[in-house]
Amino acid sequence: MPSNANTRPDQQHFVAPLEETPLVAIDSVKAEGKPSNLWRDAWADVRKRPMFWISAAMILLVVIVALFPSWFTQVAPNNDCQLANSNGGPADGHPLGFTKQGCDIYSRIIHGTSTSLSVGLIVTFLVAFLGIVFGALAGFYGGFIDSLLSRLGDIFFSIPYILAAVVVMSVLSKYANVWVISLAIGIFAWPSTARVLRAEVLRVKNADFVMAATALGVSRFRILLRHVLPNSIAPVIVITTISLASAIVAEATLSFLGVGLPSNTMSWGNDISAAQMDLRTAPQTLIYPSIALSVTVLSFIMLGEVVRDALDPKARAQR
Amino acid sequence: MTGYIVRRLLQTIPVLLGTTFLIYFMVFAMPGDPIIALFGEKSPPPQVLEALRARYHLDQPFIVQYLIFLGNIFRGDLGVSFSGQPVTEILAQTFPVTLRLAALSTFFLMVGGITVGLISGLRKGGIFDASALVVALIFISLPIFVVAFVGQYVFGIQLGWFRTTVGTGAPLQDLVLPALVLATGSFAQIVRLTRASVIETESLDFVRTAASKGLSRRRIVPVHILRNSLIPVVTYLAVDFGILMVGAVVTEGIFNVPGVGRTVYQAIIRGENPTVVAFVTVMVLIYLLVNLLIDLLYAVLDPRIRYAK
Repeated sequence: MPSNANTRPDQQHFVAPLEETPLVAIDSVKAEGKPSNLWRDAWADVRKRPMFWISAAMILLVVIVALFPSWFTQVAPNNDCQLANSNGGPADGHPLGFTKQGCDIYSRIIHGTSTSLSVGLIVTFLVAFLGIVFGALAGFYGGFIDSLLSRLGDIFFSIPYILAAVVVMSVLSKYANVWVISLAIGIFAWPSTARVLRAEVLRVKNADFVMAATALGVSRFRILLRHVLPNSIAPVIVITTISLASAIVAEATLSFLGVGLPSNTMSWGNDISAAQMDLRTAPQTLIYPSIALSVTVLSFIMLGEVVRDALDPKARAQR
Repeated sequence: MTGYIVRRLLQTIPVLLGTTFLIYFMVFAMPGDPIIALFGEKSPPPQVLEALRARYHLDQPFIVQYLIFLGNIFRGDLGVSFSGQPVTEILAQTFPVTLRLAALSTFFLMVGGITVGLISGLRKGGIFDASALVVALIFISLPIFVVAFVGQYVFGIQLGWFRTTVGTGAPLQDLVLPALVLATGSFAQIVRLTRASVIETESLDFVRTAASKGLSRRRIVPVHILRNSLIPVVTYLAVDFGILMVGAVVTEGIFNVPGVGRTVYQAIIRGENPTVVAFVTVMVLIYLLVNLLIDLLYAVLDPRIRYAK
């Protein structure tokens, strides 16, 4: 019988002092305070970063401009375009000057915002939908389904993205509008999302909680939906933010190449394309829409960067 | 390893069939009659049209055309463009130019990106690190045609350091500006990868051991840290090189580089279906091969990776 200050005189069994092994701490769940969770941690991390608030404010501004262009400019974009003003500098009420057709640059930029944003959003939804469905099914069910879907993804992934979109847009040139161009971009952009999700699902599906759910008799599909997918979606969120930015760039690129939106549609890509011939004489017609495009893309890239850092503990540690 | 290579090669077969079929199908669906477009304003006699259609197999049903095309590819015959030049000949003229542009761009990327990433990683949280991140983010946000135009305007027109377009024969000094423009696209990725890898390697035991053995910083950084950080960077550079090799449509177009990207873009616009399909097929083939090589390169560089399965 060890003699110990913590042993009562009639004690039969030795009990280690509480200071050494705080059993309470092991057994009890703290009632106050919420349990740690990836999303809550991420939010706590994100809200401390100035880059998050800057990008969020910029995105909010872009959204407001897209929804209510008339709040920002009184000049109708295509009315009173006068060739006398062709490539003219800033004038009263026209702060950025005029395009080659004599239209107000500032007004065209403001009214072109919704085009870029819609394409970005439609493509992102399409890519996220196709990528999540195909990636989750391929990763979770494996075997033949995996081979089939992965090779299908490879097919769309191996054709150079912009070239493929150029071909699709030439096929559908008669019907070119925001929806068609989004389809042309999205149909070749989903494999990367599917690959990321597939890898993550492969990792998560062997976790203990999945086995526990299987043991409880939960159906396979329900396990995928309720247990595997929510735990593997984080990298998809990151890649989705960035794909929104690259979809905006892709639309502008296609319009720039002349196979994008019809020229009567207000679009930054169209404006840049129209201005390229006058780079020497009137660089401002090219520079201002380019700035609008780049700043919008930058705000989404910055958001993606912040979210990536927040959702990836490894990246957080490296800051 | 051999089994892995064979498996990967077998996997590329359905992908290659799928991509050629997809691209052939899309090109087939393009509006307009390329034979009539060939004559512009003139209206040729119907017999001539008929004969031309037969020569390019345009009178056959789609699936027959596809199979003829596929059979020809296996025989190394990529067909003839509408201007009468064999597609293989066009490829032989344009591909070296694109290859040179891609190599030059990758070189700039390697030197610039790895240097900036290394300094950022060694001094993480410092002023250089923060400003490098900002610059990288700005580069990644600028669409390539914006970078191209700004580069053309500033360095070509204002400063006059470079010619704004590439001259005949695409001499190397004319390709510097387009290559720099192309490099900005992946600069951020290289910087980020190098930085993350350097930070991770720096925290490993062997670096501490090297330091405690009394090795100088000037030896530890290049030999112990940099060399061991380069695996993901080299892989990404190779992927990027593969992408650049299949042509940069926009940059080649703006700088008038007579490479693969510009040629295929012009062929699409003109509706030169055989040229488009042949080029895209070759591009996909190159892309798939480069990716296979990258995976093998990865195994060579990092012995921890085994392709046992």
